[in-house]
Amino acid sequence: MTTGPTVLSLRGATKRFGGLVAVNDMDFDVTEHEVLGLIGPNGSGKSTTLNLISGALKPTEGTISLRGTPISHLSAADIARRGIARTFQLVRLLPSMTVLENVRAGAVFGHRRRWGAEADAHALRMLALVGLDRRANAHVGELTYIDTKRVELARVLASEPKVLLLDEWLAGLNPTELEEGITLIKRLRDEGRTIILVEHVMDAIRSLCDRCVVMSTGLKIAEGTPEEVLSDPEVIRAYLGDYDA
Amino acid sequence: MSLAKRDWQSITLSAVLLAVAACLPLTGDAYMLSIGITIAMYAVLATSWALFSGPTHFISLATAAFFGLGTYTTAIGIENGLNYWVTLPIAAILGAVLAALVGLATLRLSGVYFVIFTLGLAELVRQVVTWGQNVSGQKGLYVLTDITEVHIYLQLLVLGGIVYLTGWAIGRSRLGFALRIIGDDEEVARHSGINTSRAKILLFMVSGATAAVVGSMLAPRYIYIEPALAFTPMLSFLVVIMALLGGTGRLWGPLVGVIPFTLLWEAISASFPNQTTLLLGLSFLVIVYLLPRGFVGLIESGKRKMREREAFA
Repeated sequence: MTTGPTVLSLRGATKRFGGLVAVNDMDFDVTEHEVLGLIGPNGSGKSTTLNLISGALKPTEGTISLRGTPISHLSAADIARRGIARTFQLVRLLPSMTVLENVRAGAVFGHRRRWGAEADAHALRMLALVGLDRRANAHVGELTYIDTKRVELARVLASEPKVLLLDEWLAGLNPTELEEGITLIKRLRDEGRTIILVEHVMDAIRSLCDRCVVMSTGLKIAEGTPEEVLSDPEVIRAYLGDYDA
Repeated sequence: MSLAKRDWQSITLSAVLLAVAACLPLTGDAYMLSIGITIAMYAVLATSWALFSGPTHFISLATAAFFGLGTYTTAIGIENGLNYWVTLPIAAILGAVLAALVGLATLRLSGVYFVIFTLGLAELVRQVVTWGQNVSGQKGLYVLTDITEVHIYLQLLVLGGIVYLTGWAIGRSRLGFALRIIGDDEEVARHSGINTSRAKILLFMVSGATAAVVGSMLAPRYIYIEPALAFTPMLSFLVVIMALLGGTGRLWGPLVGVIPFTLLWEAISASFPNQTTLLLGLSFLVIVYLLPRGFVGLIESGKRKMREREAFA
């Protein structure tokens, strides 16, 4: 795999909640056009790491930089404006608005800011990209589960982020939906987007990720291609436990 | 910025209604005019209150603080030889500054903490003014001008027109869209790149400045003002009740609540002068239980039912 310039890097990123160290001294880089999988058992600190990157939480120690500029001291809004956009583990839509208005939120306030007819046109393009353009005027309450996920993804894409953070975007989908979901993310990958995804679905990890960072109890325990890390004895132990356990 | 046909229609309709309202003094009926002033005053206060509280769902009980601030600004200004018209912009600026300070201190708080703080603020300002008067030995202030009730009424109508135009412009702006997103989900707003504190503070400043100017305009009507009158918490509660009765989802919503409630309130105050607080509490409960989204909500769910019936027919 050819490596492009580094877009995002974490150096010693640590988050403590009182005595609990949720994320412990995380180091990793994401290069341009790369899809990085952040995996690990439940409670290993993946979502917290994502929250540190998006600015939902501030790191206790360490730095996170976007193209060499530190961003870890910024607010979530400023980080979003600089080009890091995220979806949420539990889908968050704007309940009083239509599908199009939801997506427009990303187009109007995100990394690249648009307004008026231009914002609407852009939002519609993003809806077409996720396959929802025909439901633009629907109310978000009328949507199926996967469609709500598509709206959230379109909203995030509409801000034209440099880095896309997907927090278990494929979780909770039924087998057919899962197939559609993987195809959709594969298309984003083929467009050359830089993506960090927190995921549990192994098929998705194998087919989507260029590289994986494996976490366990807040620590990075492995890093490499999906094949490498998934056959690493320490990773297997983290997922399945010790022989004597 | 291009205006759609519907926008022109609503602007024309509003202008016509405003012109009709401006004819009220021609009736020459002093009682009608007095009620007209009360309605205009609450309409401006409730509409500007809803500009902020409607989209953000932050219930502010600070209206009396801004109103009293405006009243005292005009009273003190006139006493010190300032022209009445100069005191209005000063009141607006002071109201905006106070709102910005309160906003910086409290808009990070959410829900009930914000409500309590704003109620406390109004009391705090009142106590400070009372203390100041005790120190200076003055009991109240006289506001002696040649401004008549008709002038006050017309001024309030103009201010109302400005508030409507401002609200309409905000509704079409990025700021208005940002506030709707904040009202829906503040977490999403932040992660979409919206500076949520700034957006809320800006709107709170518009609302506070407006309430202060209303206070200024009303000062000549009272002639003699004292803290208990200018900073009465009853004002803050009445504004909230009227806005909720009308509904905060639309710009015209509060107006629909103000007119019937002011008339009802006049009747209550005349017939049961000693039970007003009790009846105020009761009406609050009735509105919150029976009309949680106000008349606007009632009208819109009615419309939706009509459409559904047509769709099935």
